[in-house]
Amino acid sequence: MIAELGHFALILALGVALFQFVVPLVGAQRGDPALMRAAIPAALIQFLLIAAAFAALMHAYVISDFSVQNVFENSHSEKPLIYKISGVWSNHEGSLILWVLILALFGAAVAVFGNNLPLELKARVLAVQGSIGVAFLAFSVFTSDPFTRLDPPPIEGNGLNPLLQDPALAFHPPFLYAGYVGLSIAFAFAVAALIDGKVDAAWARWVRPWTLAAWIFLTIGVAMGSWWAYYTLGWGGFWFWDPVENSSFMPWLVATALLHSAIVVEKRNALKIWTVFLSILAFSLSLLGTFLVRSGVLTSVHAFAVSPLRGIFVLGILGVFIGGSLALFAWRAPGLKAGGLFAPVSREGGLVANNLLLCVAALTVFIGTLYPLALQILTEDKISVGPPYFNITFGPIVLALLILVPIGPFLAWKRGDLGLSLRRLWLGLAAAAAVALIVLVIDVRGPWLAPVGLALGAWLIVGAALELAQKIGLFRVPLGTSLSRLAGLPGASFGMALAHGGLGIVVVGIIAMSLWKVEVIAAMKPGETRQVGAYTVTFQGEAPLTGANYTGRAGSFLVTRGGETVVTLVSEKREYRPSRRTITQVGLNQTLAGDLYVVMGDSTADGGRAIRMYFNPLVNFIWLGAFSMFLGGAFSLADRRFRVGAPRRAPALGTVPAE
Amino acid sequence: MTRRQKRIAVILGELAVLGIALGLVLYALRDSIVFFYTPSEMAEKNVAPGQRLRVGGLVEKGSWKKGEGTVSSFVVTDTIKSVTVTYNGQLPDLFREGQGAVVEGVLDASGTFVADTVLAKHDEKYMPKDLADKLKEKGVWKDGQGS
Repeated sequence: MIAELGHFALILALGVALFQFVVPLVGAQRGDPALMRAAIPAALIQFLLIAAAFAALMHAYVISDFSVQNVFENSHSEKPLIYKISGVWSNHEGSLILWVLILALFGAAVAVFGNNLPLELKARVLAVQGSIGVAFLAFSVFTSDPFTRLDPPPIEGNGLNPLLQDPALAFHPPFLYAGYVGLSIAFAFAVAALIDGKVDAAWARWVRPWTLAAWIFLTIGVAMGSWWAYYTLGWGGFWFWDPVENSSFMPWLVATALLHSAIVVEKRNALKIWTVFLSILAFSLSLLGTFLVRSGVLTSVHAFAVSPLRGIFVLGILGVFIGGSLALFAWRAPGLKAGGLFAPVSREGGLVANNLLLCVAALTVFIGTLYPLALQILTEDKISVGPPYFNITFGPIVLALLILVPIGPFLAWKRGDLGLSLRRLWLGLAAAAAVALIVLVIDVRGPWLAPVGLALGAWLIVGAALELAQKIGLFRVPLGTSLSRLAGLPGASFGMALAHGGLGIVVVGIIAMSLWKVEVIAAMKPGETRQVGAYTVTFQGEAPLTGANYTGRAGSFLVTRGGETVVTLVSEKREYRPSRRTITQVGLNQTLAGDLYVVMGDSTADGGRAIRMYFNPLVNFIWLGAFSMFLGGAFSLADRRFRVGAPRRAPALGTVPAE
Repeated sequence: MTRRQKRIAVILGELAVLGIALGLVLYALRDSIVFFYTPSEMAEKNVAPGQRLRVGGLVEKGSWKKGEGTVSSFVVTDTIKSVTVTYNGQLPDLFREGQGAVVEGVLDASGTFVADTVLAKHDEKYMPKDLADKLKEKGVWKDGQGS
């Protein structure tokens, strides 16, 4: 009964979304305030209806109602509650409901919090949101109904893929979707601005916080995904350039570019057409990501079931939204007036370089992801494009970007002085040179990338700190004055320092992990010992293991360092009911200096076990850095200027503090 | 510089970055892609030893042998042709006889495939799509044929 109510709510939501799409749009064209205002309750009702449908589905999962086919296929009564809940979005149908739920949530947030938006703009933004809702609700209702019943109901479910029974992955999709779907707001603002024919500083001020929120979620989502890959897949890597990973990374790259270009629109009223284009591009890549994952056209670890009808449906949605918005862009964008002029060497110029490099980097990822697909359609040759491709193409472009990151904030708006900026950054240059030198001395056999990469990391971190120090006049004015200036700095200043510094931390982690990883693969019998980096690992033997919905074997490993016991690690081989699938649990000793990572493999011919061990130096810097970037985003989002300054449509240039 | 010259300089700079990127892409696509074959196609194409490629098929029942230490060998077949594979390392959790697998590596002079990567199918319902397609062409695999 509850499932039927959920189904009904979903169909109603489709109707409401249709209303939200058409009525406010007509109202905005005719200048009818009543019709425009109708968008607000529509957005709220649409959200409530989808929330009801989502709750109904979750209810079916929690009580293990196997008469619902979706629950039967993806859940099991013995599963821990958290995985019953995450089971809701572990599959195609349920994840789609989550997708539209988040879409409607963002729409409702604009309806509630967007009080200072001009009514016309608000109506159009919500109408565009409604149109996206129509497309995806129709997709759900017509091709992917999660509420289909089974008769007679089975007694037990099929269970959830054990690889997905993991805390990081349980909450990875909601964050990633919040990021993907959050970009729909920037898209809606861009399309509304194109219809409106007006893009100004105030517009950028409204777009920025939404883009920032989406970017924060995307950052968490991508970082969580890589963390999951790192410690559940048991391959010791954190990024595989897998098509599904790439399809979350491309929107992140473009959203990062968008964040920066929106600053130029806000502060200098320039780059308007480009920013609108980026808004469209960022959401288009999110849609493409949805298509790549949902249609199963690309081979991937994450691929859901292959269904041609669904693939064609999503392709249709893709065509309408990307094609439609680009056509609108081509038609209306030339009418947008270009704004302020600037010299190539200036803050604006730096941000243009940032945008150029980020977009070109996204382009190389795009080609690497889609080229195999195109080739297969055209020539039937099947190829795979792996890490070597991305190292050659994405690598150098990002290298150039990283060199420029600390310089940008030191350049003045309109006309900058490169020499002066570099002189102010001398400490960063010195730190980078020192790090490169140290790395060269202690690790002469390492590739050139090691000193260069770590020097870049130091350059980014020290550069970010210097920028903050410069703003508060550290050591140039009395310390007390500096501290009170620090307290008075806007959130966005901290945000930038944390995000740019975090990027440096990520770079250090990636370089150290990729170049200095120690890998030992050995057949070991109980009692045998191997050396892994500075650690000595002794295989102590194995014992049987019983969990809530699995049984297995647990191997224990005594880890010592310099004769002292560090920890006893356990790596498990679990066999899950009811699928009888085997999953290996990694034994992990995390420290800031690096992780010891032990995986127990198959039994060998002579009665031992194949054991794979890694020492991954500084690997946690990757996630620490990502966390710092997330914090940076959160600080910027909390910046009161987004709220206090937002209502005025006329930008008050010159009163904005330089940053 | 006049405004016009500045603008041209900026556009040229942007085009240069784009050009360099596309050059890198073309270079990388020529050098670092890996072709995917079934054992039959491998025989047809006369693959030279040392050329890096991916081979996919079913792991033949009874062919999985554990050798010295962590070395193992098995036979990958599309039921028409087959190829012996050796691999030093840990096989994935999902690796089983009679199931799909994709191996990446090079053919040695004696005709044995030396793999450095082994991918097994990741799900009861899922098999590497490349492989399912090829096996379907050969009529060995049907949709819905799970574990």
